[in-house]
Amino acid sequence: MTQLFFLLILIAGLGTFTWIIAKRVQPLLHAAPDPRFNDVPRRVQLVLKLWLAQWRQPRYLLAGVLHIIVFFGFLALAARSTELVILGILPNFSLHLGHWYEVTKDVAGIAVFAAVVILAIRRAFFRPARYVGHTTEALLVLGMIGTLMVSEFVYSRTNSLIAYTIHDLTFFTFLCFLPMGKHFHVITSLFNVFFMRLHPGNVKPVKYGVTDLDSLPSLGVKKFEDFTWKHILDFYSCADCGRCSDRCPAHRVKRPLSPRDISIKGREYAFAHQSLLPRPAGEKVPKADEGALIGSVFSEAEIWSCTTCGACEEECPIGIEYIDKIVDLRRGMVDDGLVPQSLQKPMSALEKRGNPWGKLEKNRAAWASKMDVKLVEKGETADTLYFVDSMTSYDDRMQKIAQATARVLSKANVDFTVIGKEEKDSGHDVRRFGEEMLFQSLKEQNVESIKASEAKKIVVSDPHALNALRNDYAEMPPVQHISEVIAENVNTLTFKPLDTQKTYTYHDPCYLGRHNDTYDAPRTAIDCIPGMKRVEMQGSCRDRSFCCGGGGLMLFYEPEEEQRMGVVRVQQAAEAGADVIVTACPFCLTNIEDAIKVAGLEGKMEAIDLVELVDAATTDGRQPTAG
Amino acid sequence: MEILVCVKRVPDSAENEISVAADGKDIKRDDLVYSVNEWDNYAVEEAIQIVEREGGNVTVVSIGDSEAEEIVRREMAMGANQGLLLTDSAFEGSDGLGNAKLLTAAASRTKYDLILTGAQADDGAGQVGGMLAALLDWPYASLVNRIERKDDATLRIGREIEGGNQEVSDIDTPCVLSIQTGINEPRYVGIRGIRKVASIEVPVLDGAALAVSDVGAAAAKVRRIDYFVPELGAGAEMLEGSNEELADKVVDLLKAKGAIK
Repeated sequence: MTQLFFLLILIAGLGTFTWIIAKRVQPLLHAAPDPRFNDVPRRVQLVLKLWLAQWRQPRYLLAGVLHIIVFFGFLALAARSTELVILGILPNFSLHLGHWYEVTKDVAGIAVFAAVVILAIRRAFFRPARYVGHTTEALLVLGMIGTLMVSEFVYSRTNSLIAYTIHDLTFFTFLCFLPMGKHFHVITSLFNVFFMRLHPGNVKPVKYGVTDLDSLPSLGVKKFEDFTWKHILDFYSCADCGRCSDRCPAHRVKRPLSPRDISIKGREYAFAHQSLLPRPAGEKVPKADEGALIGSVFSEAEIWSCTTCGACEEECPIGIEYIDKIVDLRRGMVDDGLVPQSLQKPMSALEKRGNPWGKLEKNRAAWASKMDVKLVEKGETADTLYFVDSMTSYDDRMQKIAQATARVLSKANVDFTVIGKEEKDSGHDVRRFGEEMLFQSLKEQNVESIKASEAKKIVVSDPHALNALRNDYAEMPPVQHISEVIAENVNTLTFKPLDTQKTYTYHDPCYLGRHNDTYDAPRTAIDCIPGMKRVEMQGSCRDRSFCCGGGGLMLFYEPEEEQRMGVVRVQQAAEAGADVIVTACPFCLTNIEDAIKVAGLEGKMEAIDLVELVDAATTDGRQPTAG
Repeated sequence: MEILVCVKRVPDSAENEISVAADGKDIKRDDLVYSVNEWDNYAVEEAIQIVEREGGNVTVVSIGDSEAEEIVRREMAMGANQGLLLTDSAFEGSDGLGNAKLLTAAASRTKYDLILTGAQADDGAGQVGGMLAALLDWPYASLVNRIERKDDATLRIGREIEGGNQEVSDIDTPCVLSIQTGINEPRYVGIRGIRKVASIEVPVLDGAALAVSDVGAAAAKVRRIDYFVPELGAGAEMLEGSNEELADKVVDLLKAKGAIK
């Protein structure tokens, strides 16, 4: 009799679970294409590292360690749970797991129970700010896990039917509860990590498999089905841990954006539009394509607030991506003409003049007018091309970066040219602001000019240009950032001590660090300067670097915010004990120099570009050095 | 509602470095890029929004050669239903009155309920809208920053007047309104939008079709004789003090000059 009862529970439990999962999978089948079966070895490697080894969990130490205990406890107890569920139906069933497994699963059970108790106390009484809502759900799940541990423990020692029944019922309730909320990640995280994006600097094409964008009736994500299946899987997989938002610079300065909310709102929308039960007759079935996402699920200001710095994606323990979603939503807004006035002028100027200020093309290389720099527009050639990009070409202050780059290249005996008036904006941030057609147009013009220059490699001083040419453009010669060139040439360059007692710190630009994994070259370059005193902004350096406020079109956008990101960054540098912030990006430099003034630290703190620093700390090889 | 919006192709001061040519009669035009006059763009957006609310048609008209067609298309990409181009070598050098006569002739060919112009142009004198209304014998309101429907034959409009004050009036239709920037947020038009309307025919009317002859340079009664950059005045007043003191002084000055209250 009891065997039949447990058989019915098994059938009901598995049946319900399968039903829910089938419902959850449906939207993925109707979503936009997203080829993610490439480079399987790399994907397996990521599963082993991020999923199995829980690589990113300890970045938040206490929560991470407790999660690892529960995760491995679950893995250890999986065999025992399977055995138990069948045991109720076939009384003599055994998986013959052996003595050592008995010990292991008992240790795991006790460890998980202890972790669950700590997690529940933490959730209820010492909740970190990054947890928003969902406390009842969290406590309920912790309660179920605790019940599973205790009932298994009791049953193993007493053979109590009551303990067994509690375990069996809790087991299937837990199983069916998982796909109803944030604990869906228990099931989906494995897949989410396997299918996560492999190339951080890149942005997805408008639609996979489509090259003629004019043939598409609509661009970007406007309604839910426009998301790719992986992006919907992301929504399902969010564990609501809030690490993304905790690291998000936009969230930190109280712009109306929280990456976590992008996922939670996406999931809530998806669940609300899937009816798990047959609807009562007459009830209106909400159609997924009713209404646009912008204005209902997401707001315009929310989607424009992102600087695409990538801090959220770097932090997510299970590989949820945000930049592609933000860019896709922006593409949809651009296609519908929903672009803030502050961005329309620079976009129009980029279209007409190839730079966001509408400055004259013929003045693009004006920074070099008093220097001995080869110009492609004069028919000069060299193996290396210095691609300057708009900010460094036209901004009075940033032209000093161009001049310093030219001098440092000469000191390193690099023969180079500059394109001149035919160079257009790299379009890096045009693309990330969703204006794909304009980006394609700028890219085509640049690709032509770069090919015509006959250069065999490209050097940039702007990480945005680096990322565009390396990751957005195709078939380019190898592209290097000037910091990499300096690090390679430390023996060619002759360093001299700076006449200063100041303490330096290095600010990692997002598109040099996180998006292109270049953390050491700039530090190597700085540390070559004799007598250099450099400190790190502990906790917010390297892949946790805090965005300065964003580059490209973000300079023109007028966000709702309580504070400037740059001010937060400058304060972090001050806390680290630095007097000088060294960066390696013209946008970082402009944002940080402004922020120093806003923070009232003028005279106490200064900012300099890495290449300016190296230029000042190296002697000109072509002139005889003193002494 | 049938709406006609008059638009002009101008060198956008934001995308050009404007300098005066050697003969002093015009600006240097070699390196210029052109766009639709900013005020006109607001007028087109407003017309589109009215039609979205009430139904009807938006027609965009411009005087000029095939280059002016480019901006007519841009406004069609924005959502205007059709374009109209007034082209004839005899139109060149028309003064404001000449342009108003051409637009009057164009506007008289179809029954319009409303004609919108920009309040002024980057390179203009803010005169055509008023003359167009007078030639049509229609009522006119300038510097309009709000348009609402009152009843079938009346619009309720807001006008910006000196000092940032607002005036509200009722105006009978058909009428001519000149539109101030800030009345709305014009939608963005990208390369893709323009390509979508690239194959739509824009009708062209010449002097014969419009039956207008007393226009062009010869008929102009206003002639530009000089263009120059004003000489820099004597030194500006430099404020001194701490940041807080500077802020207080600036606020006092702005109050004294009536910029803030």
